[in-house]
Amino acid sequence: MSAARPPEGARTAARQGGGNPTGAARPPEGARTAARQGGGNPTGAARPPEGAPVNGLGLDALDRRIINALQGGFPLSDTPYQDVAEGLGIDEATLLARLQRLLDTGVLTRFGPMFQIERLGGRFVLAAQAVPEERFEAVTALVNAFPEVAHNYRRTHRLNMWFVLATETPEGIDDVIRRIETATGLPVFAFPKRREFFVDMRLQA
Amino acid sequence: MTTRPPDDLDRRLVLATQAGLPLVPRPYDVLAEQLGISPGEVRARLADMLDNGRIRRIGAVPNHYALGYTANGMSVWDVPDERIVELGEAVGRLPGVTHCYERPRALPDWPYNLFAMVHGKDRASVLAQVEEIATLLGSACRGRDVLFSTAILKKTGLRIGSGA
Repeated sequence: MSAARPPEGARTAARQGGGNPTGAARPPEGARTAARQGGGNPTGAARPPEGAPVNGLGLDALDRRIINALQGGFPLSDTPYQDVAEGLGIDEATLLARLQRLLDTGVLTRFGPMFQIERLGGRFVLAAQAVPEERFEAVTALVNAFPEVAHNYRRTHRLNMWFVLATETPEGIDDVIRRIETATGLPVFAFPKRREFFVDMRLQA
Repeated sequence: MTTRPPDDLDRRLVLATQAGLPLVPRPYDVLAEQLGISPGEVRARLADMLDNGRIRRIGAVPNHYALGYTANGMSVWDVPDERIVELGEAVGRLPGVTHCYERPRALPDWPYNLFAMVHGKDRASVLAQVEEIATLLGSACRGRDVLFSTAILKKTGLRIGSGA
């Protein structure tokens, strides 16, 4: 994994989250409603993955303002929630209760620092496998059982299983790849990042 | 870079906060107590980790699906290695692209070296954004694909210190 180290200063500029960039291909309201209900989706979008909350689940305008305001820049002050609440024109108790509910309902997966693990000595590597359809469920269970597997997605390709491996040391990656290959009997394709050009997962709520 | 190497306090802060920041009025005081240092030291160290990039940012991580971004396309491109920096930076600047990386090819199975993740409210809007990437790349694009996610099989995020 000693491939080209990314140059420092690859783009890190902040940007407000994506939304619909150009308005090209913005779907009619009806399409989104249909997608939300999971039936007769005219765009052919995949059904929501298992465990995903219903699209737009009970989010009101204040929830959206909170999510948009809190996607970065949380203050390092004595009373950061109080400071954020003031900026939003609400009281601290309301903000804390809303955040708790957004976490409980899975609208937020986390609230806290987002670490760049490579800068702390660890490694993240994207990896993929071509899993035969009839073994897909069994292989999913085998792969997910590894604590080093942080995320795992099914995708539309012959390489149909894509997961992110996270380890505390660079050497740990090669080791877990070997163990996954042994457990599944399938080769693992590793796609370590060579350069990072842009990362910003903020999306407008 | 002249920044100090990661130390034990960095690691203990990761362990103490990887599940999340306490939802109490004085969250840094709670961390301070857990770590046996002062609240001022906690805040100073977090500020330091933000400065040196060990923390990207502090805030909320939304579930994209819950916000209506149900279409998630990993667009992948085969572009000339000698132009990867210029092209990767340009693609990363397009709105809607949430991650953009150079990754190694795995020939002959996988000819693509530029990965750009696009999130949208449906497949049509993701595909429209992918077309914008194609237009930007022009003749530099020698091959392409989009892999949509059809199921989240696992999503626990980073966890260290789990005995792994």
